[in-house]
Amino acid sequence: MKRRGFLKTAGVAGILAAGRAPAFAQGTRLNILRWVDFIPACDVELKRQAPEASKALGAEVVFEFINANDLQPRITAAIQSGSGPDIIHMLHNWPHLYENGLVEVNDLAEWQAKDQGGFYAQSEAYVKVGGRFMALPHSIVPGLIAYRKSWLTEVGATTFPKTYEELRQVATKLKKQGHPYGQTLGHTFGDAPAWAYPLLWNFGGMETDKSGKTALDGKGTVEAVKFMAAFWKDACDEGGLAWDDTNNNRAFLGGEISATLNGASIYIAAKRGQDKIKDERGEPMVRDIQHARLPAGPAGSWSYHTAFSHGVMKYGKNPKLAKEFLKWFHGSERFGRWFEVAEGFSVGATKQWERHPLWTTVDEPMRGFRTAPDNSRVIGYAGPPSAKATEVYTKYVIVDMFAKGVQGMKAEDAVKWAAGELGKIYG
Amino acid sequence: MKKPIAGGAGSAAGLEVALPHPRTSQPAPTLTRFLENEGLLAAVLLTPTVLLLGLFIAYPFVMGVWLSLSSTSVGNPGEFVGLHNFVKAWNDGIFRTAFGNTFFYTFWATIFKLTLGMWLALLLNRSFRGKRLVRASMLLPFIVPTVLSTFAWRWMFDPTFSVLNWLLYQGGLITTKLPFLSDGTYGLWCAIVVNTWRGMPFFAITLLAGLQTISPDLHEAASLDGANGWHRFWHVTWPLLKPVTLVVVVFSVIQTFSDFQLIYVLTGGGPANATHLLATYAYQIGVATGLLGEGAAISLFMLPVLFIVVWIQLRYLRRLEGA
Repeated sequence: MKRRGFLKTAGVAGILAAGRAPAFAQGTRLNILRWVDFIPACDVELKRQAPEASKALGAEVVFEFINANDLQPRITAAIQSGSGPDIIHMLHNWPHLYENGLVEVNDLAEWQAKDQGGFYAQSEAYVKVGGRFMALPHSIVPGLIAYRKSWLTEVGATTFPKTYEELRQVATKLKKQGHPYGQTLGHTFGDAPAWAYPLLWNFGGMETDKSGKTALDGKGTVEAVKFMAAFWKDACDEGGLAWDDTNNNRAFLGGEISATLNGASIYIAAKRGQDKIKDERGEPMVRDIQHARLPAGPAGSWSYHTAFSHGVMKYGKNPKLAKEFLKWFHGSERFGRWFEVAEGFSVGATKQWERHPLWTTVDEPMRGFRTAPDNSRVIGYAGPPSAKATEVYTKYVIVDMFAKGVQGMKAEDAVKWAAGELGKIYG
Repeated sequence: MKKPIAGGAGSAAGLEVALPHPRTSQPAPTLTRFLENEGLLAAVLLTPTVLLLGLFIAYPFVMGVWLSLSSTSVGNPGEFVGLHNFVKAWNDGIFRTAFGNTFFYTFWATIFKLTLGMWLALLLNRSFRGKRLVRASMLLPFIVPTVLSTFAWRWMFDPTFSVLNWLLYQGGLITTKLPFLSDGTYGLWCAIVVNTWRGMPFFAITLLAGLQTISPDLHEAASLDGANGWHRFWHVTWPLLKPVTLVVVVFSVIQTFSDFQLIYVLTGGGPANATHLLATYAYQIGVATGLLGEGAAISLFMLPVLFIVVWIQLRYLRRLEGA
């Protein structure tokens, strides 16, 4: 058989095997850029799904994974150069900042919300810019405090502290025993803002008022910074100023810290590696881990959970294919498989996933993640999410305000500095 | 023209050789005339270089200047805003910290690299067994990619699992961990240490090359006149090594002042922006935040400073050469 004849025959056989003709020109490739998941098995599952997607869509689907802290520079470079991945993983309220580089996906959002029981308010707010969906909500990584039950019991805390002040007292005792609380205040995408923003809100502070005018410089914010400075000195591992999102995982699993705000990745890693990850008694550490919500401050007990979405890039050559892929990828079947692999680390962007059978089979310490997103506020609160709020997040102004406080700057001065930065951004 | 020289025409055994063309009055071919025109030839030979420089240096530079004068942000073309971005940067506290850090970092790193590089070069200029191996291995920090070696340093300075803290603790020298990267001042000094470690071989190898051009006769003569080691260095070695030293310092200042990789990997500019240099802060604002105009303005602050430093040093070098 001649080469040309062979290719023709093989091509026809491929189409027959697929059960459908390729929808797009041969050689069409769809590149998807995502973060490196904290649950490595999730990325393995996506790599497994890629050939399935290629077969279903008639185009080669390729995933690329990079460190979450490198996503924003990649997005800027891609939009400015007009070339890069067709679909990019978006975190937080980034779609507001990159609106001009994204394709509207109203039709897909309408379908997904209808198909899967409606979006969480947070997921919708983060991708909806001026009434248009500029990215498709995918999942939420809730943050709860992972803690060592036995160590807290040793200092008299049989349940996790309910208020920030109680937490300071308990963690102070723990630090004296060589088991400090672990918290990053570094420039890192998840754990730092997930701690700093709720701390601000729970003490009554806010970035902007409801009209979107800056309102940071107030009593609540100053009190939050004062608390943080005292908490840091009395109770925290002071190396946290230089931590990224992975350091607290390693410190916890290495037995260096007693508690830390995190996704479920610590628990899942301890469970999957229970043969190696042991506590000081030689028992699997996973048996000693429990989760709790952030404690309450004088103004409430709000949290911040990182929402994820997928944006179709405007410069892409195949926006139609990209949208078809998202419909395939976000569909209950494919998402469901990935969701099961995540074991509760990532939850759905829609409420349907709260009712998934997975929650009846996961370990008891994981069950708190099921409804965790229900108390999340959004970056920029009390104003609407906006590109300005994304800029504040990206410059780590709120995180740095607390970092300056713990480094010795007077609380009032740290707040004034941050309010000044906000003034420059919001105008 | 081929002409039979043996056996006559048509002879199977005849050899044919090529003879040069006789000079004729016909005009020279166009290509020859073209190649004989020095001006044209120079233009042809220079064109690729000019194109490459234009494409990869002039165009990005002009684009950078344009961006710095515009309100361009990610996905938005922006408009001309004059010097607004420069004024905004100057009034920004983090920019001023980065500006000060850049000078501090460049100054101390260059001093250390020069001092230690000179010391190493003088040691290696002596004769000892395994000299070549030592000289080659000295270049290792310079050869290893900066990102890789800086990652290794980052692990050594790790806030929780630092091997250096462990060693100091086990040695009884400290009772609590040193905040290598979690304190701004420590962080900047750690960066200077890493930069010195990485850059010192460049100084040492270049100065060593300079040292080897100095005739041993000069040292012998100075010794006969009763000069001790220090006098020989100060009055013989140093004056002859000064031009090479200045060239190395110029290169080093340019590279250190615009350093990016080392800080980006080691501290990311943190904690709380305390270790940003102009290059990393420009990246943070321009590329990570997407404010391309503001980022370009911050990076362009490096230009006049570097221009002045290099101009002074080269002027001094010319004076030395003229003396």
